[in-house]
Amino acid sequence: MDLYEYQAKDLFAAHGVPVLPGDVASTPEEAHAIAERLGQTVVIKAQVKTGGRGKAGGVKLADTADGAKEKAEAILGLDIKGHITRKVLVTVASDIAEEYYFSFLLDRANRTFLAMASAEGGMEIEQLAVERPDALAKVPVDAIKGVDLDTARDIATQAKIPAAVLEQAAEVIVKLWETFVSEDATLVEVNPLVRDPQDKVIALDGKVTLDENASFRQPGHAELVDKEAEDPLEAAAKAKDLNYVKLDGQVGIIGNGAGLVMSTLDVVAYAGEKHKGVKPANFLDIGGGASAEVMANGLHIILGDPDVKSVFVNVFGGITACDAVANGIVAALQILGDEATKPLVVRLDGNNVDEGRRILAEANHPLVTVVDTMDNAADKAAELAAAGV
Amino acid sequence: MAIFLTENSKVIVQGITGSEGTKHTARMLKSGTNVVGGVNPRKAGTKVEIEGQSLPVFATVAEAIAETGADVSVIFVPPKFAKDAVLEAIDAEIGLAVVITEGIPVHDSAYFWAHAVATGHKTRIIGPNCPGLISPGKSNAGIIPADITGPGKIGLVSKSGTLTYQMMYELRDIGFSSAVGIGGDPIIGTTHIDALAAFEADPETELIVMIGEIGGDAEERAAAYIKENVTKPVVGYVAGFTAPEGKTMGHAGAIVSGSAGTAQAKKEALEAAGVKVGKTPSETAALARELFTARG
Repeated sequence: MDLYEYQAKDLFAAHGVPVLPGDVASTPEEAHAIAERLGQTVVIKAQVKTGGRGKAGGVKLADTADGAKEKAEAILGLDIKGHITRKVLVTVASDIAEEYYFSFLLDRANRTFLAMASAEGGMEIEQLAVERPDALAKVPVDAIKGVDLDTARDIATQAKIPAAVLEQAAEVIVKLWETFVSEDATLVEVNPLVRDPQDKVIALDGKVTLDENASFRQPGHAELVDKEAEDPLEAAAKAKDLNYVKLDGQVGIIGNGAGLVMSTLDVVAYAGEKHKGVKPANFLDIGGGASAEVMANGLHIILGDPDVKSVFVNVFGGITACDAVANGIVAALQILGDEATKPLVVRLDGNNVDEGRRILAEANHPLVTVVDTMDNAADKAAELAAAGV
Repeated sequence: MAIFLTENSKVIVQGITGSEGTKHTARMLKSGTNVVGGVNPRKAGTKVEIEGQSLPVFATVAEAIAETGADVSVIFVPPKFAKDAVLEAIDAEIGLAVVITEGIPVHDSAYFWAHAVATGHKTRIIGPNCPGLISPGKSNAGIIPADITGPGKIGLVSKSGTLTYQMMYELRDIGFSSAVGIGGDPIIGTTHIDALAAFEADPETELIVMIGEIGGDAEERAAAYIKENVTKPVVGYVAGFTAPEGKTMGHAGAIVSGSAGTAQAKKEALEAAGVKVGKTPSETAALARELFTARG
């Protein structure tokens, strides 16, 4: 889960990483009140989970509380790369002597963590990595040993952080590591990390990604989910413990196993090329147990998407038996009743497939078509969706 | 031969008394796997009756090894306790630890991997979040259904469980030396490259099928490895062409960020290394069959 800047900074502050005072506002009036309280020049920053806010007009300075209100009014509601701004961070404007870059992240290739740091911050890290690779220090971090002050000094030195603030930077790095570990983050990024005229080192921005697998030991993280910004179908699916991602197409997809469902999306997209360019409408992995209830929940979510014109159920019975899946489909259609209005193409293979197909044939539901192979079933589902477009 | 797992493998199950552990121990036994016991400190000294066999439960992996000569552990322990279970397997220096558990925090996986590295890689780790591996007709360590296909000359390595089953099913007429599900998490023990190297060295394997998916650059690195080191024919498949940027598709590792890690980039890298890449699982299987038939 990606956090907003203000949430990242709250975590930073909780772990002793220096940040500037400020607060988050959902209305211009709230922005006014915060600016008044801070009593100095403030910066108003759009809270969106994407980069390039400055260029899009999502970051503005204000000298007065009235100015802050005005700027907040302009920024709230702003569309930044498809992200609508619902909140702004109102924070003290900093005097900047120098800008640095710092992050801790997962290094998949080396199966460890990595610190990336540079004395040349401010610009996008991708750009820095391409244009000035020598200026970007990449230091592997041992997951067991972690980052103590000595390691942090070493990282800061490799990043060519000036000697005058090396110690301050190292202390901040240790606290960022504490944030990274104790919050189960997979990314902690500060760009820019600034040196102010008094040689204080401050996190001026913050980007944090949290590992959802760790939610069992991070009870506080549930509150960080922005329910307002969630797709309503995705939220409904989550409440039913279903792994659903909304996409833009017309063919609803249900399958078992993440890899097979991803593959199903691709196969449907290829088939769609021959049928008015229809595309998959969603990712939905029902996992191992395809009980009637799980199947009904899945179908309910998918049929709640008005763009869906046909549904493709693609199951390989590994541990799950196909007869159980077939019974699940039949029972789900009964549960849904009149709600089930779109044609269903079903492809079953694997464990007990003959019995599964027999059950579907016997039920002879008018909406259900059983097709033998994944490619042919995708073609049929695309054809039916195209007919409904 | 086969890779990592043979008819001589002696398998223990960590978490044998849990519902998943018991269910899959029964399936492993049924498919002929030599399961010699399990581990659960709270039930040490007892026996569990599974599939008509009476299996001893040990307090620790080390004790299980000492008593049974086990060299493979399959781990079904819940995410909360998985890190300690894997560390225990590593400290006992078991040859192979297959981590089936889904949903292990990545900081825990990074930790046990670092421990494996620090102690000299005495334990091969497969997974986490994987279906395990099967050498059909010999042994089955994990949750891959044993009845899809029998022994043969294809080696399969895949990030995904159900795509592994699908591919085994498509090529069931030829059969497999071993099929290895390496898992879809961002940090995994055994990689595509490790499996490719083992299949290249395995006299029984004559063709390799490699299944990848979006996220990371493991497939690109595998492509570079194939170009330099693999002489056997390799057929590839990559899932996730239609996956949108920034969304996690079920597997924690299957997320596209920026241009890196896209299915297209992976496909191109594999093709540049001389690997034939299918557009769909069926087309991939057809390519594999064609190459298999045409081999010398």
